[in-house]
Amino acid sequence: MMHLSANTVITIVLMVTGATVGETLISAAMTRVGDLDEIRARSGLLGAIKAVVTSPYLIGGIACMAISFFSLLFALSAADLSLVAPATNSLTFIATAVTAKFFLKENVDKRRWLAAIFVAAGMALLTR
Amino acid sequence: MSSHRLKFSQYLMLVFIMLGASVGDALLSRGMREVGPVSFNHLGLLLHALLNPWVIAGIIVLISFMGSYMTALSWADLTFVQPATAFGNVVTALIGRIWLHEAITPMRWAGIACIVIGVGFVANGPSKTEHIHTIALTGGEG
Repeated sequence: MMHLSANTVITIVLMVTGATVGETLISAAMTRVGDLDEIRARSGLLGAIKAVVTSPYLIGGIACMAISFFSLLFALSAADLSLVAPATNSLTFIATAVTAKFFLKENVDKRRWLAAIFVAAGMALLTR
Repeated sequence: MSSHRLKFSQYLMLVFIMLGASVGDALLSRGMREVGPVSFNHLGLLLHALLNPWVIAGIIVLISFMGSYMTALSWADLTFVQPATAFGNVVTALIGRIWLHEAITPMRWAGIACIVIGVGFVANGPSKTEHIHTIALTGGEG
């Protein structure tokens, strides 16, 4: 196989960590905000937007997504994108399942693990 | 662990999430192809790109995708919604095959099969974990 440069590894780690923590925080934010459809029915679209943007978890989540995005920009200039993109997509799926189980306390049963693994493998094959 | 039944409108939102990211990306890339390559020396061209109708449409679709994605996360688990986002890649590949007559290699067919199987695994399961301490979770922080 090809040789992995330190740059590529650092970029992949940063992108996967940023995306995973970001997704987890955004999900935590939305769980705490509650069912958005109900909030919108109760206090309108503006009320729903206000409920979302005032969540501290959301701000943290967006910051992490930003780190992941800027790592991608860095990857565009420095690292091998054809390796970075599929690797990051796939690893993020698996890492998110792990953080969802341990931090969000989601019931990640056998079928959800299988889903994460199959989707990760599929993404890796598809983006080739 | 009771399985949450999703409303029809919620299924519609999941379908939009499946398609939104891919359609938005496709619109953006179509628009950027018209704008031409942007180098770091000519970042002003990016502002010009914002006037391109394809780019505008792409941004609108991506913003609505983000809104739907976050709405879905408010009533479903992350491990339920996230596999759905991968399905968009399957749709993109099939659209390329049918409309643009692009070849799909056996490797990519295998990828499509894997994603379909993976999404199938979660689609029939419960959409939201029931927490006994949900009230503590929702009321505790903020």
